[in-house]
Amino acid sequence: MNSKQILDREFLDIRGKILEVAAALDRIQRADGDVSDDPRMTLLAEAVKVIAASQADPIRAEKIQLLCSREYHENWLEGFSMLSRN
Amino acid sequence: MYYIDPHLHMVSRTTDDYETLAKMGCVAISEPAFWAGFDRGTAESFRDYFRQLTEVEPKRAAEYGIQHFTWLCINAKEAENVELSREVLKIIPDFLDCPNVLGIGEIGLNKNTHNEAIIFQEHMELAVKYDQQILIHTPHLEDKYQGTRMILDMLGEHEVDRSRVLVDHVEEHTIGPVLEAGYWAGMTLYPVTKCTPARAVDMIERYGAERLCVNSAGDWGPSKPTAVPDLILEMRRRGHDEKLIRQVVYDNPRTFFSQSKNFNLADPATRGAAT
Repeated sequence: MNSKQILDREFLDIRGKILEVAAALDRIQRADGDVSDDPRMTLLAEAVKVIAASQADPIRAEKIQLLCSREYHENWLEGFSMLSRN
Repeated sequence: MYYIDPHLHMVSRTTDDYETLAKMGCVAISEPAFWAGFDRGTAESFRDYFRQLTEVEPKRAAEYGIQHFTWLCINAKEAENVELSREVLKIIPDFLDCPNVLGIGEIGLNKNTHNEAIIFQEHMELAVKYDQQILIHTPHLEDKYQGTRMILDMLGEHEVDRSRVLVDHVEEHTIGPVLEAGYWAGMTLYPVTKCTPARAVDMIERYGAERLCVNSAGDWGPSKPTAVPDLILEMRRRGHDEKLIRQVVYDNPRTFFSQSKNFNLADPATRGAAT
């Protein structure tokens, strides 16, 4: 399928998903309390930015996954006091 | 189209699900040992569970013309209990010669803890000692990337044939490192927490179909045991060749499983021809 065919097929679906995100954020804001300093709200805002930004490579989904991931440290084995097999 | 679901927890599903799977073209299932939704108290509970996987489920599946295979281990969540895990590890060899056992799995990490890593390593040693294939669970959500990288680090320390190891539940941020390291990768089609059929097809388009499998991982939680046919439909809607679809949902799992001495899949095209 070419770009136009994919857009034709998926436009309404994408529109619907974006509306769901917008409505959920409205729902949070409308409710009692304040979560503006909750790190999850920052994550969601960053993820929306990734979606909206123009990309050199089409890897938005991968970028959002990494954004929502705990950090990996290459020397984790030392912190676990496990003996390396090598 | 005939297909194999390489990861499906049928102990948690009803007989109606077996019937539906058969109607949709499922000819074989592999069922890794997993967390039952609660922590079991004794190793004997696992012995009973392994009997269910090796004696009961194959019979339930056969009623609907589905071949049932399985993998044995103590899952990553219960592996936090090192003492219990070591007792279970002693039981596993008693079942490795059962005719539907494909190997050790689904081992892995859950919260990426020290104890989980210790038991993962001990499962690896068991698999190497008994020349078993390995099926690996990777953690959920924010723990997935870190846990997958840790698993790849630990795998790299063992002398295993990478073509006999499948790292499961890969997503956009973990599929690359798994395939680049030479392992098989599995994509799990879950409604919310893992991968949708559309995103799975995106990954097939980006990485190709070699060493890539797709599964439903249907269990007792929110999941859909018939998710693999959803992927077939999505691939057809995008115009993918039937040969490519068959490679992903049938040929690839068959090729991977065929490395186990206990895998003896009957050709669905000729089943019953002699009767």
